Amino acid sequence: MTIKLSIAAALLASAAPAFAATHNVAPGENAQQELQEALILAEPGDEIVLAAGRYTLTDGISLDVDGVTVRGAGMDGTVLDFTAQADAGEGFLITSDNVTVRDFALENPKGDGIKSKGADNIVYHRIRVTWTRGPHPENGAYGIYPVESTGVLVDGVKVTGASDAGIYVGQSNGITVRNSIAEANVAGIEIENSRNALVEHNIATRNTGGILVFDLPDLPVMGGGNVIVANNLVVANDTPNFAPPGNIVAGVRRGTGIMVMANDHVLIEDNILSGNPTAPVMVIAYTQSFEDERYNPLPREVVVGENIYNGGGYDPQLEGAEMLLEAFGGELPPVLWDGLGSLAAVEGTAGWSLNLTEAGVGLDSAQPGPLAAATPSGEFDRGGIGAPAELVARLGG
Amino acid sequence: MNYAAALLGAASLALAGSFVARAEVFLPLSVIEPVNDEAIAQGMPRLLSHYRFFRDASAQIPVDSVTPYRLNTPLYSDGAEKLRFVYLPEGTAMAAQGEGLPDFPVGTALIKTFAFEQDGKRRLIETRVLLHRADGWLALPYMWNEEQTDARLAIAGARLDLTTPKGEAISYRIPNKNQCKECHGLDGEVVPIGPKARNLSHDWLDEMVAARHLDALPQDADQFPVWEQRESANLTAAARAYLDVNCAHCHRPGATASNSGLDLRWEQQSPEALGIGKRPVAAGRGAGGHLFDIVPGSPDSSILTYRMASPEPGVAMPELGKSTVDEEGLAIVRRWIEEMAP
Repeated sequence: MTIKLSIAAALLASAAPAFAATHNVAPGENAQQELQEALILAEPGDEIVLAAGRYTLTDGISLDVDGVTVRGAGMDGTVLDFTAQADAGEGFLITSDNVTVRDFALENPKGDGIKSKGADNIVYHRIRVTWTRGPHPENGAYGIYPVESTGVLVDGVKVTGASDAGIYVGQSNGITVRNSIAEANVAGIEIENSRNALVEHNIATRNTGGILVFDLPDLPVMGGGNVIVANNLVVANDTPNFAPPGNIVAGVRRGTGIMVMANDHVLIEDNILSGNPTAPVMVIAYTQSFEDERYNPLPREVVVGENIYNGGGYDPQLEGAEMLLEAFGGELPPVLWDGLGSLAAVEGTAGWSLNLTEAGVGLDSAQPGPLAAATPSGEFDRGGIGAPAELVARLGG
Repeated sequence: MNYAAALLGAASLALAGSFVARAEVFLPLSVIEPVNDEAIAQGMPRLLSHYRFFRDASAQIPVDSVTPYRLNTPLYSDGAEKLRFVYLPEGTAMAAQGEGLPDFPVGTALIKTFAFEQDGKRRLIETRVLLHRADGWLALPYMWNEEQTDARLAIAGARLDLTTPKGEAISYRIPNKNQCKECHGLDGEVVPIGPKARNLSHDWLDEMVAARHLDALPQDADQFPVWEQRESANLTAAARAYLDVNCAHCHRPGATASNSGLDLRWEQQSPEALGIGKRPVAAGRGAGGHLFDIVPGSPDSSILTYRMASPEPGVAMPELGKSTVDEEGLAIVRRWIEEMAP
């Protein structure tokens, strides 16, 4: 008995960091103040618990303390309502490391939903970000928005209505986005200028484009690559593009399933693609002119593995669509490559190529023809791809 | 027992009496008690008066060891009147470091009060202090009371309704402690923004050197035009100074908006980094349908001026500290883009 007790005590002691405290916040008139105070006064290891209910917030909130967990009573139970937000570029800004946010929702933030910047080893778990009016160009840009971070796990989130990307990971390294739903955004999930990203077991539906893997010039961090997009359900991404013009995703064609632009070493495998009328899979070079000498606009070592395609580009939003459809017998094959860089595809992959010879000069020189891609040479190197195991372990708590 | 109680009572009465007497005698002396270096060094004082920066706080008259200053080109802040002060501990001095921030000794306090006019009188809204501690700078916001006698720490910030000098009714935001860092954060540390040598007058710097508060006159000081004289200043200098002061604390490497790749610092010379022909990254609807941050010759199709001209959250830049459009600032930047050779 004594032994058992002391073991229990030791377990308790090791499970809870020294002096970790719980700060309880409830909805009400002073919620803005109380919530923000809790976020400022928290110490590393503390947990901020948001009771169920609707919090009417007039200003963005922010966290700058390492090792804090912010936990609600479920993504439909605890709702941070930013409909009346008067300032700030996002609903919730996180700038510290080792933070976990879980089990709550943000509705109608004026800018982005949750942005974590330079926030290493962050976990987003069962967070919902919703623009309740559905697709609209004046909705905020990104729902879940980790950027310039090492160690990112996004698990079980749901984002609807983002005018850019629902789940956007930018300029980061060591990333997993999984078990999440991106619906009715311009881009469902976007991995941009990032390395070592695993995107798996997600549902991307009713977006303009389902899952995008981009590498763009003129950013502090470039050279995106080492990305696996696997076991995702990418269906019915047919929402007309509602991004404000000027943004890179405004150029995404309605009906794009999985799209790779530039990047190095990307695997697309074991996904189910259905109802993506322009192109279930699209692999292309950066389409615009650029002057950044550090930048490589070509897709390199992109591998299209086994995927399940239910149909191809049956209603493509492309120049000369009618002619193309006629040439290919009424429907474009599922994989579209612009012919630039290097692409490998498993045997039997139906596709077509624009056969371009130069990046960034438009489609005038396109010579559409059947896909002639090499077969993959050897196993795709999966080493180092995905979020650190420590982040996945944190979900248990 | 009763006797003891009576004795105690008598004793405390006597103490109170002597305290009153002392206060009466020494009142003028207590007013010039030195600045509270302890409060600068540690803790989070609840009241601004704890620091003892002011001889007359309501009138914003500082004690002798606290020196007022102004910036040639100031941050807009909805046209607030801003009163700036610097305190250096006795026997210490700033060290000149070229055109940028001087090296401030530990124990320095930078103090900035924001005021708006109300019913013909100056109403103090908030005072922000930046305290240089052994482990770095700490930024704290203080909100003035109704009576205008003291300001209280407002760690979570606040909102209040007021009217700008141009007569626009706004909901004014006192930033919370984290928001202080959104502008003052650089490479994870809190740093001062304003008192860079290039934005301070030679006259003031000379006075600081004479008072031994500054070790030497900094190289390349006093480069920014004085805002009120911007019409007679070089247009590029006026616009670039404005962008440096109003935008570059975020739009620079290592700061809040670093991921945009836009760098609006005065010393940045690359046209691309300054936004010329640069596509937006995460602008969302802030792009306003435009393709580039700056289109030479065309402010009407530049994202930079589009966002400056908007008061709408999610579009407006800067994101913090702006509820109304700075028409004067916008005019200078527009003209600069207009006269830029395409």
